[in-house]
Amino acid sequence: MRYLTDRKRAEGRGAAHAGTEHHWYMQVSAVGLALIIPVFIYIFGSALGGGHAEVVATFGRPFPAIVTALVLVFGMQHFAKGAQMMIEDYFRKSTKKILIMSVIILSYGITAIGLFALAKIAL
Amino acid sequence: MAEFKLPKNSRITTGKTWPKPEGATNVRKFQIYRWNPDDGKNPRVDTYFLDMDKCGPMVLDALIKIKNEVDPTLSFRRSCREGICGSCSMNIDGINTLACIYGLDEIKGDVKIYPLPHMAVVKDLIPDLNHFYAQHASIMPWLETKTNRPAKEWKQSIEDRKKLDGLYECVMCASCSTSCPSYWWNSDRYLGPAALLHAYRWIIDSRDEATGERLGELEDPFKLYRCHTIMNCAKTCPKGLNPAKAIAEIKKMLVERHV
Repeated sequence: MRYLTDRKRAEGRGAAHAGTEHHWYMQVSAVGLALIIPVFIYIFGSALGGGHAEVVATFGRPFPAIVTALVLVFGMQHFAKGAQMMIEDYFRKSTKKILIMSVIILSYGITAIGLFALAKIAL
Repeated sequence: MAEFKLPKNSRITTGKTWPKPEGATNVRKFQIYRWNPDDGKNPRVDTYFLDMDKCGPMVLDALIKIKNEVDPTLSFRRSCREGICGSCSMNIDGINTLACIYGLDEIKGDVKIYPLPHMAVVKDLIPDLNHFYAQHASIMPWLETKTNRPAKEWKQSIEDRKKLDGLYECVMCASCSTSCPSYWWNSDRYLGPAALLHAYRWIIDSRDEATGERLGELEDPFKLYRCHTIMNCAKTCPKGLNPAKAIAEIKKMLVERHV
């Protein structure tokens, strides 16, 4: 129980003067991914069902490799920032911070593993 | 964590069924949320029956008739009975709206009336709106000027005045904010659609000279950016306003300040 006025509760700790960059990044990456993901799906789909040598040959070409790398980097960044918003919506205090850190680690992890695999194929 | 289940003492039970009016042929059933903070019991839903041949056309008419003729303990806010004061906002037939301008003929079947969702209840259909009003006060809902006051008046062109249409009509009934899931989970920090619509109303007022400060105070991951464009606010507004659009305009202005 705390005896706080309604106004003090409403004002909280004031404005963080942040959030716009996060919002803008989500908008830009959403548009970028909307363009690039269909291309990636086409590339992935064309390689699907092929033998090992065929898949390696597909992702060994510059354009499919670059598109895949872009999807990995920007897709995972978009995922991390979107998941952060979702976590902020539903979780509080330490749980919130731990989950946000976990999501960031997961997204960087997936990006690193994906890029390593891609480099191994393409280079 | 967000709570998805009501606490034990808030779970709704079946309440009293009041007798049907004698000799009436056009009877309608009303199921109304009741809670009294003084009796220590769980909330309940009471059932009332009204003779529709002797009842006005609006939901508020029915509530007033129930209070006057059936159960005087039923509590609800009301004042102007024409959609201007915003007092009688409640959840009717699953929609947050004003009881005074919501017609009984718009509802199919039984009439179900609850208080505005996800707000602390003072009694029956009366929600506690103190925090909601404090959030409105926090956005400085008045003209802020730095230039010396003119001798006569702050002038405004017809075009600039038109920008306030669709904003100034808000009656602060809280229907929009209490329909917003983001506001349900984060009302302690998120200002909600009503307060943000009012904030935008003052930001775009050509006479106001605190645009930068106003935008600065709103630039916050929770105060503003909890809006995920769910659009419940625009769907439910009994005055037909679009708070989601106002929020989007604020976001656009903030992006323009950065990019």
